[in-house]
Amino acid sequence: MSALSDQLLVVAILSYLAAMVCHAAEYAFGNRSHIGRAASRPARELVAVGFGSSAVKVDEPPADDMPAAPSGRDRAALAGRAAVVVTALAALVHLGTLVTRGIAAERMPWGNMYEFVLSVTFVGSAAWLVVLSQRPAIRHLGLFVATAMVVLLGIAGMVLYTEVAPLVPALKSTWFVVHVSAAVLSSGIFLLGFVPAAMFLIRSGYDRGKRSFPYSLGRRVPEAAALDRLTFRLHAFAFPIWTFGALIAGPIWAEAAWGRYWGWDPKEVWAFISWIVYAGYLHARATPSVKRTTATWIAVIGWLTMLMNLFGVNIFFTGLHSYGGL
Amino acid sequence: MVSVQDPPVTSPRPRRANPVLALLRNSWRQLTSMRTALILLFLLAVAAIPGSVLPQRGVNIDDVDRYFVEHPDLAPVLDRLGMFEVFASVWFSAIYLLLFTSLVGCVVPRLAEHWRAIRSAPPKAPSRLDRLPQHATIAQAIGGAEEIGAALRKRRWRVAVRGDTVSAEKGYLKETGNLLFHFALLAVIVGVGYGSSYGWHGNRLLVAGTETAFCNTLQQFDEYGLGPRVDAADLPRFCLELTDFNAEFLPTGQPSSFRATVRVDNGAPRGFSVNSPLRLDGANVYLLGHGYAPMIRYTDRYGQAQTAIAPFLTVDGMLTSEGVAAFPDANIDPKAGSARDPNAQVAFEGLYLPTAPDQPPYTRSVYPEERSPALMLWAYRGNLGLDAGIPGSVYRLDQRQVDNGRLKRVGEATLLRVGERMTLDDGSSVEFLGTREYATLSIRYDPGEKIALGGAAIGLLGLMLSLTGKRRRVFFRVTTGGSSLVEAGGLPRTDYSGFAEEFKQTVEAVERANEEGSVKR
Repeated sequence: MSALSDQLLVVAILSYLAAMVCHAAEYAFGNRSHIGRAASRPARELVAVGFGSSAVKVDEPPADDMPAAPSGRDRAALAGRAAVVVTALAALVHLGTLVTRGIAAERMPWGNMYEFVLSVTFVGSAAWLVVLSQRPAIRHLGLFVATAMVVLLGIAGMVLYTEVAPLVPALKSTWFVVHVSAAVLSSGIFLLGFVPAAMFLIRSGYDRGKRSFPYSLGRRVPEAAALDRLTFRLHAFAFPIWTFGALIAGPIWAEAAWGRYWGWDPKEVWAFISWIVYAGYLHARATPSVKRTTATWIAVIGWLTMLMNLFGVNIFFTGLHSYGGL
Repeated sequence: MVSVQDPPVTSPRPRRANPVLALLRNSWRQLTSMRTALILLFLLAVAAIPGSVLPQRGVNIDDVDRYFVEHPDLAPVLDRLGMFEVFASVWFSAIYLLLFTSLVGCVVPRLAEHWRAIRSAPPKAPSRLDRLPQHATIAQAIGGAEEIGAALRKRRWRVAVRGDTVSAEKGYLKETGNLLFHFALLAVIVGVGYGSSYGWHGNRLLVAGTETAFCNTLQQFDEYGLGPRVDAADLPRFCLELTDFNAEFLPTGQPSSFRATVRVDNGAPRGFSVNSPLRLDGANVYLLGHGYAPMIRYTDRYGQAQTAIAPFLTVDGMLTSEGVAAFPDANIDPKAGSARDPNAQVAFEGLYLPTAPDQPPYTRSVYPEERSPALMLWAYRGNLGLDAGIPGSVYRLDQRQVDNGRLKRVGEATLLRVGERMTLDDGSSVEFLGTREYATLSIRYDPGEKIALGGAAIGLLGLMLSLTGKRRRVFFRVTTGGSSLVEAGGLPRTDYSGFAEEFKQTVEAVERANEEGSVKR
């Protein structure tokens, strides 16, 4: 079962890679795709920005143009749709990797860093498909989602891989399921939230007339206002889960296991830092005098602190959370 | 953000204000602004980073000592900056105290404002409803303002009817949740502070057996910390005796379960394990670790036998353990009196292998359970340096005494199995009797944790209300005159993309309700 899990991981990575290629094909062939054209209509954008919160219809108009699309665009749209289907298949295989791993270990597959990264990326992938089903217009972000998946799963498989092993006594607790699942869920959604955040920065830079490398990508991503709203939604959804997982369930378990609910273990320090930074993002986003780009930069920094907590703390520091298996 | 403590600025003629007051007022306004709060939040995050990069006294004091050895020049400088106690340092405290002051200065006026908003009626409708983000007209004849108001109340809007206009507002829970969250943070801080003032903890290595039992007094802790408001006499009285320790391991040597059984005050044995501490009245006992304590009997040159039960510290996952068995009162000539002979004290440095390998070298245990226990001993004789008054480790010999030649190695290292004996050059002998298990325990009490937990739970509730709530207003105006026409306008007061939909439904519902009403009449 463990070997099956390992093989499924390879299949999952290859599937995400295929999705990435399909998304890239859509990018390459559909240089006048409907999103691209939506982007080149400054009038609509002004409307969207001017009304700010009330610009609810920005997602929908592009869909109206679909039937009239010429054949070249059709091919690109086909590649884009194929990419979504392949991503969905990849997510299924990804889930299979986790389930078989859990069966092999006879427990929830969150016992070490390899399994944790596998779970976080799965949540990110599943949340992406959910968000995509609500707002088909953001499909172009799929290239970045698929790339992130390939990179993170590649790191998981090549660097973090650990043999299946039962849990150490310290992890045998009901809170293991509660604490880690909340951490996995919120990390996965923060991971997904990072994508529109980064794209928003690129897009708003593009809108200000920057044309150098990262901003040149801004031509084909959804409108800045839509990206900003999506970023906020995802973070506002993940933040309470993170609060619960890292700052409530974690301390309850820590009290039972280590005798104190908070002890500034490196993992705790970085969980605290991430919480503070994301709280800063939510405050900045809710304050009209703070520029949206500034607020979004804070969200990007928040994701960097999450990465630091996942990789940096496990690799460079030793502490009570040293279950990485590295 | 306007402060409640400001004297109201009423004077229309700008008389030159007291400069001190003006400065205070401006500083307070600065401090309670969102911009400052964001900067303080960011500073707090940055200030926490050294707490994870550098070793911390509160987390692991041995790492701090090692850092001092490794960086003799840098460490004292960092120490003066409080870098080894970041979370208790002046600058960290300053940041969070300023942040909380800013928070109080921000939320208290908002609380007053929200209180007024809840008690007052929704505001008057603007004169031009078609300027609002949402606008609709109902062309058919429906009831008057009172009927519209009733329909809105049924849909849980807060309604004010003024003549021909109806103002309604919804979503007050958003601000309620927001305030709840911020006040709950204050409760968490109070809980943390109360816990650190009235809490205490002590660590103790407890060897199995009656004669090695432990009673909860400061003298019997290996290491302890009391909150500033706790007196040694406040600790609850109880005694613990470790009666059994059960560790199970997988074939790979990875532990699968630990369980300690203790007798509390001669009561019935009670078991506890890593994730389920022993909860006593006013104290909790946590199982932190375990190891082996070899029993070593030394028979000196006068035939006097003494037994040491020496807990050895584990050095790896297979429970290879190191320690020292010291006999400072050995070789006292019974005829000559009872003074210690400073040159004939004896100590053994030991390496204990619960499962010794089949072949030498005998340096590492190959399994954590006692399958083939063996004890490697190095004998030392001379002055142990215990009377010098310098605190030293009980797990290590005083290296200075070895270096200056007062403590000399005797003979070769010898591997002893249980029951085996080794004879030293002066005719004295040492015997390995077996081992006892020990558990390392942490005994703690934190009276503030329930407050902190309650605060955190309420805070989470407030957070969710504040993030999901949406404040919005709708207005209706019945145009009196020739044609009966109702105009409606909607204003979302927060970022709310579904408002158009809700506005449409609300208008339709009002229309429907009043149609039915008019039929009944």
